[in-house]
Amino acid sequence: MFEHASKAVEAALAAGATYADARVVIRRGERLSAQNGELEAVGNDLDAGVGVRALVGSSWGFAASSDLGDDAAAARAGAEATSTAKASALVPGRGLELADVAVVEDAYETPHRENPFDVALEEKVAVVVDATATMAGLDGVAVATAQLMFWDTEKWFVSSQGHRIHQHLVESGCGMDATAVGEHETQRRSYPQSFGHVETGGYEVIRRFDLPSHAPRVAEEAVQLLDAAPCPSGELDLILESSQLALQIHESVGHAIELDRILGWEAAFAGTSFLSLPELGSLRYGSELMNITADATIPGALATFGYDDEGTPAQRVDIVRDGTWVGVLSGRDSAHLAGLAPGGMVRADGFNRMPMVRMTNVGLEPGESSLEEIVAETKHGVLMATNRSWSIDDKRLNFQFGCEIGWEVRDGKRVRMVRNPTYTGITPQFWSRLDMLAGREEWHPWGVPNCGKGQPMQVGHTGHPASPARFRGVRIGVTG
Amino acid sequence: MDHDTTALAQLADDVVALIAERGPATAPGATVEANVRASRSRHGLTRFANSFIHQHVGEDTRTVAFTVAVDGRTASTSTTRVDPASLREAVDTAIASAAEQPVDPHWPGATPPVEVTPRRAFDPATAEGDPARRAEGVRAFVDAAGDLAAAGYLDTEASWEAFASTAGHRAADASTRATVDGIHQTARSAGSAHETSSRLADLDAARSGARAADLARRSEDFVDVEPGAFEVVLAPEAVSTMLTFLAVYGLNAKAHLDGASFAEPGQAQFDPAVTLLDDPTDPRAVGLGFDAEGSPRGGVTLVEGGVTRALAHDRRTAGRTGAATTGGAIPGGEAIGAVPLSLRMPGGSTSPADLVAGVERGLLVTTFNYVRVLEPKSQLATGLTRNGTFLIEDGEVSQAVGNLRFTESFLDALGPGRVLGVGDDDRLADGEFGPGMVTCPSLRLARFTFTGGASG
Repeated sequence: MFEHASKAVEAALAAGATYADARVVIRRGERLSAQNGELEAVGNDLDAGVGVRALVGSSWGFAASSDLGDDAAAARAGAEATSTAKASALVPGRGLELADVAVVEDAYETPHRENPFDVALEEKVAVVVDATATMAGLDGVAVATAQLMFWDTEKWFVSSQGHRIHQHLVESGCGMDATAVGEHETQRRSYPQSFGHVETGGYEVIRRFDLPSHAPRVAEEAVQLLDAAPCPSGELDLILESSQLALQIHESVGHAIELDRILGWEAAFAGTSFLSLPELGSLRYGSELMNITADATIPGALATFGYDDEGTPAQRVDIVRDGTWVGVLSGRDSAHLAGLAPGGMVRADGFNRMPMVRMTNVGLEPGESSLEEIVAETKHGVLMATNRSWSIDDKRLNFQFGCEIGWEVRDGKRVRMVRNPTYTGITPQFWSRLDMLAGREEWHPWGVPNCGKGQPMQVGHTGHPASPARFRGVRIGVTG
Repeated sequence: MDHDTTALAQLADDVVALIAERGPATAPGATVEANVRASRSRHGLTRFANSFIHQHVGEDTRTVAFTVAVDGRTASTSTTRVDPASLREAVDTAIASAAEQPVDPHWPGATPPVEVTPRRAFDPATAEGDPARRAEGVRAFVDAAGDLAAAGYLDTEASWEAFASTAGHRAADASTRATVDGIHQTARSAGSAHETSSRLADLDAARSGARAADLARRSEDFVDVEPGAFEVVLAPEAVSTMLTFLAVYGLNAKAHLDGASFAEPGQAQFDPAVTLLDDPTDPRAVGLGFDAEGSPRGGVTLVEGGVTRALAHDRRTAGRTGAATTGGAIPGGEAIGAVPLSLRMPGGSTSPADLVAGVERGLLVTTFNYVRVLEPKSQLATGLTRNGTFLIEDGEVSQAVGNLRFTESFLDALGPGRVLGVGDDDRLADGEFGPGMVTCPSLRLARFTFTGGASG
């Protein structure tokens, strides 16, 4: 496949590109879903093709072809990438250049014990069918669903600067939820988190999360929520369990620090950022407890790989240090424009999508407390768990989250379950109120498999390690 | 580049024949059925930001997707490797996979022959997707504002698809779509514009650029208003977002069967001014003449004069309820259900200016951003305004205001007595879920609840 990619690069250069790279990608996916004890769907997808990127002046041209049958098709895609980039000259900008990276020939494979595609289908079906049968068996549960999802991706990357990198990535994930239906509303509980949790690794991930054994609790909580008290409203202390905090990090930090957004490249759709480069190194993002890193080397985390889709090695980058904004997510072009080192954070959703700045494992470093200690030291607040809805503005400032379940905390104790918990805030004000943070024992590398960005929309896989935390005086219980 | 689908029809036939051949070998004695789609997608996209083109993309992908049923046990496969050897491997794997599973209780059988009339919403020049023509459109959008910073995209897409089933059904069609969608920005504000058509030549990028620039300039000197309940005039993009959520979460037979839908057919759940159709016959509609199950995309009245009349069905939910499919099947829709692919709210007789003229004090909203449903049954949702929000006083736009967060039930917002006017400006509008799905007008609504401003 290296030769196929090389033909594409050579054709792009011959047509006039100043730089070109190509990725041959063969991505296999499998997804199983069940509802109420019955298998709902088993799907297999295979996306295979070559994507070529050519740089001419101020514009990238990109062309993709699903024809891996002969080298001529790759060459046509290479030439088309360059001719497309040249057409951009009608609306030109400042010329793009690429920050330097080491040129390497290398290979990487996700460490995994059990290839999920080798596990008997019967065993995988039993997991989702049994889990949903258990949940649906509880009176009051109307809909119980469960999913398993697997991806096996091989990439061959070649650049006109001499990169030749082969990667084999394996990802495995699972999720389930129970929905109880009341007269005027529905209540849902999920496990391990809403919309499923994915890690890099093999079927051992599914065994570790053991959906069937958690099914009774999930179902019971969904039913209990129908009769739970409404979430209290007001400025209270907010305690977030780690998967909700992971999404909070994703939306209010991860997207805000994407350099392409900061530079305005995604302004029309995804939006921009409240951050501006002159503030890098001085802007107060949060409290002293706030230490955020983007680390593509964490074992098992979803955005862990060997090299990004520009051939830049995976690395750990400081983003927020002791509450101060110090780093961004970048690619070779955006880093050069900003005068920064490239972070190895450019990835594409398959062969036929243009690589773009993507979060790696953007996580909050653990503290020294624990969830139980946080609850014990809270006079009046709400502990919220598992995301139900998320919304944030185009500058990543004004957010509102809803969670599946909450517990009102008074005088250091959980006093009652509450339903429809929500909270809202402004990013730097919210993070400045972080005052307690659980330790490494409760730090989990949550994976988000459904991050949308770009035009056309690309679905990214991102990681967000986090442990439970407390935020003082947050506006809770927004009901409209 | 024309609408010819002969090669794809042959490919779909070949896969059906392959499944018929491999079925007895891979699953001896079993009854093997299948629905097969062979498609080609050619997409060209010109993205611009900071007033220059920074990404220019072309893609040409062929895909074969099929669902096989072995004695009613199903498995679905999609692959871009369409050479004979790869397809044979995919078919063998799918049949073996299906044979290992429990019976799919809702498998409706392979699609039987049914008449499908190709829509042929296809324009050869749009299918060609010349990047220079797209760049010319971007130039016009950018130049329409002069000194403002422009960002957005202009794209062209052509789709060819052939459907074949082991039950003998065949269908084929081709379609094109072109969209210009962009913003102009001042230092403090932005304005947006959107146009979609099946023909690139129908787009007027200069007109869109001028509209976006006008909104951006008029928004620059904004003030913040206190959140609360306001009468509102929503432009088509904002209305489109509401209708999309109502349709996908509520007017969806699977959601209804699951008990998660608000829909109560026969009940007056909306204002009498609300009528919603799934209407691929509208001349502005884009897309193919059949759905992912090969069923004709038929016109269906979902809401009529405020009364919920029908739900969107695929063959699975139709089989479970005794209803007929409405041609709303989407790929992978087993878990999601059917979607009205050409949702339309007919326009009224009032100009957008006259909608504003009727408002004593309220807000004019151009678009919503990042809308998410907090509770599906009540359609309680939150999101923000974007790209031009204005205060209306005494029937006139008096002042630009900062973006606001709303928390509102879409069902309530369009409920009985709440729709005070329907605009005559119905058009294909973008509603956060991609272009070409919703045609709708501006609306004047009696009450919409805003729960926060830019500062919290």
